[in-house]
Amino acid sequence: MATETSTVEKDYEFSAPQKVGHEKGSLTRIIQELVFTVDHKKLGLMYIGAGLIFFVVAGLMATMIRAQLFFPNNTFLEPAVFNRFFTMHGTAMVFLVGMPIIFGFANYLVPLMIGARDMAFPRLNAFGFWTFLFSGLLLYFSYLGGPGLYAAGSAPDVGWFAYSPLTSRAFSRGTSTDYWTLSLLMGGIASISTAINLIVTIVSYRCKGMTLGRMPLFVWLYLVVGFLVIIAVPPLTACQIMLMLDRYLGAAFFDTQAGGSAVLWQHFFWIFGHPEVYILILPGFAIASEVIPVFSRKPIFGYPIMVAATVMIAFLSLGVWAHHMFTVGMTSLGNTFFAISTMLIAIPTGIKIFNWLGTMYGGKIRLELPMMFCIGFLFQFLIAGLTGVILAVAPFTWQLSDSYFVVAHFHYVLIGGLLYTVFAGIYYWYPKAFGKMPNKKLGLLHFWLFTIGFHLTFAPQHVSGLLGMPRRIFTYEAGRGWEIWNQLSTIGVLIQIPGILFFVINLLYSYWKGKPAGDDPWDAWTLEWATTSPPADYNFAKLPEVKSRRPLWDLKHPDDPDWKYE
Amino acid sequence: MGNVKHQNQQGFLIAAFLLMLSPGALLANVSGSDYPMKRVTDIFDPQSLPAEMIMTPAMVVLWITLGIFVVVTTLLVFIVIRYRRKSSDDGSEPPQIYGSTNIELAWTVIPILITVVLILVTSRTIGEIQNKVFPENALHIRLVGHQWWWEIHYPQLGIITANEIHVPMSYRDPAKARPTRIDLQSADVIHSFWVPQLAGKTDLVPNRTNKTWIEPFEPGVYFGNCAEYCGTQHANMLLRVIVHTPEDFERWVAAQKAPIPAPVTSVELEGEKLFYSTSCINCHKVGDSVAQGIFGPDLSKLMLRQTIGAGVAPLDDKHLWAWVKDPQEVKVGCLMPNMQLLDAEVDSIVAYLKTLK
Repeated sequence: MATETSTVEKDYEFSAPQKVGHEKGSLTRIIQELVFTVDHKKLGLMYIGAGLIFFVVAGLMATMIRAQLFFPNNTFLEPAVFNRFFTMHGTAMVFLVGMPIIFGFANYLVPLMIGARDMAFPRLNAFGFWTFLFSGLLLYFSYLGGPGLYAAGSAPDVGWFAYSPLTSRAFSRGTSTDYWTLSLLMGGIASISTAINLIVTIVSYRCKGMTLGRMPLFVWLYLVVGFLVIIAVPPLTACQIMLMLDRYLGAAFFDTQAGGSAVLWQHFFWIFGHPEVYILILPGFAIASEVIPVFSRKPIFGYPIMVAATVMIAFLSLGVWAHHMFTVGMTSLGNTFFAISTMLIAIPTGIKIFNWLGTMYGGKIRLELPMMFCIGFLFQFLIAGLTGVILAVAPFTWQLSDSYFVVAHFHYVLIGGLLYTVFAGIYYWYPKAFGKMPNKKLGLLHFWLFTIGFHLTFAPQHVSGLLGMPRRIFTYEAGRGWEIWNQLSTIGVLIQIPGILFFVINLLYSYWKGKPAGDDPWDAWTLEWATTSPPADYNFAKLPEVKSRRPLWDLKHPDDPDWKYE
Repeated sequence: MGNVKHQNQQGFLIAAFLLMLSPGALLANVSGSDYPMKRVTDIFDPQSLPAEMIMTPAMVVLWITLGIFVVVTTLLVFIVIRYRRKSSDDGSEPPQIYGSTNIELAWTVIPILITVVLILVTSRTIGEIQNKVFPENALHIRLVGHQWWWEIHYPQLGIITANEIHVPMSYRDPAKARPTRIDLQSADVIHSFWVPQLAGKTDLVPNRTNKTWIEPFEPGVYFGNCAEYCGTQHANMLLRVIVHTPEDFERWVAAQKAPIPAPVTSVELEGEKLFYSTSCINCHKVGDSVAQGIFGPDLSKLMLRQTIGAGVAPLDDKHLWAWVKDPQEVKVGCLMPNMQLLDAEVDSIVAYLKTLK
């Protein structure tokens, strides 16, 4: 039957008149499809693909940084080159890796999970992707275009949070800071347009029967992320515009030499910057909340409180920004307020960790690749959360702030937390996106090498921080007790690199040589597994109708459906 | 007890006698290089009051988080091992549990209680450190951050120096205590004062005066760094705090206030002439001479310091020569340009600089 159909299609294609160079599979055709597409699945994969490419570039910069810090008084990198590397590494990892990858997952999965045919505004979706992509290219173009009129600059070297007045024209000559500003402005536009699209899609395009209370947790978390983006990104955009006004039109918002305020920038930046942390980690939670139940063979434990905890985290995350500023000389009342609000976040976050454990408890845990990365995530995010509680103790943070302890903390959050769930998500939905199973052996090599390398890189940084090593230094004197910890850290990177190589090899190998996956290889429960792998254009031939949070469970267990208990 | 005190006095007298005999030794003692060098800045080995006070909430939170870590990790490992799907599994689904209000309530309330404890401990320490009341005799310092060095003023004493903060030690006996309060300012971008064994960090923000304080109890040379990224040479914006015994501190003050000896030898005189006829004086200050520049470090008592270039190199003939020849070789990107001096000119200027003590 199947062969018959394809023969018929083939005949038709040959008989159809075609322009030269536009044959299916030709390069022109592929480029055309990528550039003109408004399909949420293609855009989602392009987001993730672009994010992974930037990830490799920014990761190589981090490798250079680690190589420089292997020896005290090392002269491998010039100070200016080192400073550009850590600025570009940080900026790229947050804005060009984290943001596109989380939006990629949202794009690909949200319409499928809510039983919709596409995002609400497909062309806005494409606009968001291309704006993001060119914002990234603009940032990296600074390496070529940055010297500008003054022959000073090249790539930005002001750090990823670019504290004023280091960014004013007196201290940052040339145009490198402007590349940074413009790139983030563009990236902000892309993020806001995608967030609006996401909210509208989730609110208006759910299939029949999918009430808010029946949405997969993944979708719930992305709804919250959408709102956080809309609230958090405009302050960033505003302060970028103010910085441009300072630099070129003689305004003095942040220019201290003209009476501006250096601390004002920090307020603007961290009012964006702290919710941004949750914008990045909530999608990690979203992926974990899908993967852990499926591989434990149990529904998520305490769905309502998981939703409540997410909303609580989002709400609290808007009121903790000044814990990045415990050292700027706030009053004792200010410091106390932000210490308290920060500690409160530990409560809903703790609830989440316990609920994931509760989901696994009493289940039948299948240790497939996605689940292994989720278990890694749980362990590492526990550490990251606990160092977060430690950093909420403001007096202790007077010691730890801007030290390597903080570097270790947020790498445990963003790599140990976010990146591990991203790997879990990629292995989990790879069969859906490409119709092929990822290779388990290559995946295991990836998991173990990367996990060992990751801990070896970042665990020692807690210690060097406690021994007084500040971040962002291109060199250090011998005898301060930091050598061994830095050397361990650099060796860790050398173990991470082959881990990432195996990941990339796995993606390519499985695409061509992987075992066919079928529609529902993991025996999962949400709507994306009800359609073909990869899903056809417009996803569903007939829009589905759901009665519970796990529509496929209901189908597979008609005798014991979920809707009886919810 | 009395005997010990007597011995100490005797030791002090002998030391003082020896110091009087040897001007070189006197110099070393004033610069503080005889004291133990506290290079390893372990924050768990605090030597001063605010750093010690920080340890209270720090240890509380470390023990609590360690406890949580052990409990949750054990739980995670147990669950993964115990509920792993066995090879003999029949393929049936486990019981479907949707949640439990009581259990969820338990793991909400317990964290709340822990958080309340942490909040109380934290708030108390914040208040104790930030609202410190200083005794009349507290030493006052004004610390100004520059790209990439520290300018140090002693308003009570009329002393200006750079990169090495000299303070007297304090005593736990409140009657003898002498803390040092520090006003923090910046001339350009944001820097951060961090000497881990003495106090947590506080930023030096332009257009703003921040306050911090230290109250060390052990003589020594304490190492620190600028802790807020401030541009190219952020890494080499190092700081030393030299904690003196009260007697040594008075000696240091006297040495700082003593007139600068006039250059004697012909090469020193030649160096002086060069120093005052090139642009050195645009940025550097030397006593009451015409050299009153404010952009670079005050050089009046240069030879009483341990390092040059904010700690980038030790202060010795070789490094001083290299610095004067081309600061960009020693500390690339620093704001002092290469003055294009001939080697002979560098010789004389170094000879002159070595008279500044």
